[in-house]
Amino acid sequence: MSFEYAPAPESRAVVDIKPSYGLFINGEFTDGTGTAFKTINPATEEVLAEVAEASDADVDEAVKAARRAYTRVWSRMSGAERAKYLYRIARIIQERGRELAVLESIDNGKPIKESRDVDVPIVAAHFFYYAGWADKLEYSGYGSTPLGVAGQVIPWNFPLLMLAWKIAPALACGNTVVLKPAETTPLTALLFAEICQQADLPPGVVNIVTGAGDTGRAIVSHPDVDKVAFTGSTEVGKAIARTVAGTDKKVTLELGGKAANIVFDDAPVDQAVEGIVNGIFFNQGHVCCAGSRLLVQESIADDLLERLKRRMSTLRMGDPLDKNTDVGAINSGEQLMRIRELSEVGDAEGAERWEVACDLPTKGFWFPPTIFTGVSQAHRIAREEIFGPVLSVLTFRTPSEAIEKANNTPFGLSAGVWTDKGSRILSMANRLRAGVVWANTFNKFDPTSPFGGYKESGYGREGGRHGLEAYLKGADA
Amino acid sequence: MSRIDVRKTYKLYIGGQFPRSESGRSYVVNDAKGRLLANAAQASRKDARDAVVAARSAFPGWSGKTAYNRAQVVYRVAEVLEGRREQFEAELRAAEGISPARARTYVDAAIDRLVWYAGWADKITQVVGNANPVAGPFFNLSTPEPSGVIAVIAPRGPLLGLVSVVAPLIVTGNTVVVVASEDNPLTAITLGEVMATSDLPGGVVNVLTGSQAEIAPWLASHMDVNGIDLTGVDDAALAVDLEVAAADNLKRVRRPAPDTDWLVQPDLDRMTRFLETKTVWHPIGV
Repeated sequence: MSFEYAPAPESRAVVDIKPSYGLFINGEFTDGTGTAFKTINPATEEVLAEVAEASDADVDEAVKAARRAYTRVWSRMSGAERAKYLYRIARIIQERGRELAVLESIDNGKPIKESRDVDVPIVAAHFFYYAGWADKLEYSGYGSTPLGVAGQVIPWNFPLLMLAWKIAPALACGNTVVLKPAETTPLTALLFAEICQQADLPPGVVNIVTGAGDTGRAIVSHPDVDKVAFTGSTEVGKAIARTVAGTDKKVTLELGGKAANIVFDDAPVDQAVEGIVNGIFFNQGHVCCAGSRLLVQESIADDLLERLKRRMSTLRMGDPLDKNTDVGAINSGEQLMRIRELSEVGDAEGAERWEVACDLPTKGFWFPPTIFTGVSQAHRIAREEIFGPVLSVLTFRTPSEAIEKANNTPFGLSAGVWTDKGSRILSMANRLRAGVVWANTFNKFDPTSPFGGYKESGYGREGGRHGLEAYLKGADA
Repeated sequence: MSRIDVRKTYKLYIGGQFPRSESGRSYVVNDAKGRLLANAAQASRKDARDAVVAARSAFPGWSGKTAYNRAQVVYRVAEVLEGRREQFEAELRAAEGISPARARTYVDAAIDRLVWYAGWADKITQVVGNANPVAGPFFNLSTPEPSGVIAVIAPRGPLLGLVSVVAPLIVTGNTVVVVASEDNPLTAITLGEVMATSDLPGGVVNVLTGSQAEIAPWLASHMDVNGIDLTGVDDAALAVDLEVAAADNLKRVRRPAPDTDWLVQPDLDRMTRFLETKTVWHPIGV
């Protein structure tokens, strides 16, 4: 019996994409002096808009605007008044939630059910949470003295959510910001700029400059930037750490991962299968904390893999705006190339590939949900971040072996543990060298919960009380 | 005829042992008036790597001890140091040419600092950890954990400065490789003798003496070192090079502060800089 779904597309009418966008500096949209670039819909390759590129001079203007707003307005305003602006922003995000979700799915390729039910609600919650800190900083443990101008560079996988993780705590603490969204996903950040205007946020408190790596470098290396916050690749994170060496800049880096998702033989197996699917196929696997290494106890491996494949076969892939879609488009042609390349390395190194049989759309960037079995620790697909819907499966016999394998990576962002035994969860959680551990769940996020990595997954935390530290001078300042 | 002194050979302190430098090198250490105090071991790249291996081997055991136990061990270091006050006062006077009163001040402060940090072992988690009220049926807890193996470029204060940078790291469960003050290295080795007799497991603290400019770059670029404390680096160009090298594996970096007044009461920052925050989500259900 076949069980087909009729198309259920979300309407695009709610969004109004302009033919071209400028930079948002000092509260106004201005033309950039760099070379404008195009942003496309990765599901169709349709050109969505032309976007200005911020040159070094434009970045300098943005930093100057942020500095002026910091010294004249924002650092002088009481925390209670700053809070009101952030609450306003949170409310407008809720009011315009559908518009933001649809635009995010169009520009990023992620399924509407994720942008609508995960990204945008957490964005609003993040602003709401940090709004409340603005007039309570003296209770934070980190003092209440802001740093100044924050330069923030964010990735394309959760464009608006990463913006919220950066801007909300920075503003709550009294800093002003210059933020660069990723070059493939600038549109929701530019819509956020309009929201700042609607909220009557004082000019220069938030500046959005679009562009690629050169624009990011100009922000990070600008001498009048006091704080650098970056989410993205470990390679770029290391370059930033080198750039700021010898300066007084404070830095937080949220980088790559290769999380182990560890399933014991007593785990609730159907829940575990859902958790594995959510861990690696959520957001097409474009998740730094994705559960990209499945470590399954040998005695249940065959049964679990059979159930996993059956479940994967029911995933619906296609139009990101279709409300039934589970897996959307890969964000860019470049990323698709990288996923293909590493998967081919997996084949060449002797791992066995299995992928969901499905018809891929002829236009756009697509990669089917895929698992590799017979993977060893030495394989590149067990060591390198693929950042796509590709799961590497390894097995273990004892808890110690699971820990040994899970920790055998330069990364340390997240991990998952599936078992029915409470004491085992606590012992595993203690021994895993990772910043976030999910027990019998995966990929959960909340504004009150600190997020960030050990080792080469970066340093600093975003979210929760801990997230304030990155934007304050400290208790004795 | 007066008795001939039995002089001490100052060696390195690695893995609980006192080896000579594998390089067979030593360098002259003079007192404040330029007279010979002793020859100190001049550590090499290989000594630095051996020290990292020792620190890494000690890390699981030390970080896995209960906080109460770590507190008692660090307190024990203070106890043993108290019993050897006169020796340390004499060493400080000889090395730095300071008055007896000044030397006593530094030794007292070093002992008191150890006691202060010892008490933090089982409190830091309560002060910097959190229960997080997430919007869903989850029990969510954030706790601090030590970053791992930390390299420390120690400042000039040969006792108080050294204790002030090492104690906050080990009390939280990190293990350390210390490059002692190049000009005043001898007290660091004598402090090693105190640690070796204070129930501190071998490898938790390792002390290298020699050239900061020679040894520090190997530690800064070592891929099995998780953090580097540059407090004692007073050459600005070297400090930049070390921070750049540290980026190779994203070491946590503490930038230089060679002129710190160590008599000032510290805050939590020397502990928290080399702590990670781990957040664990547990579903709530039946």
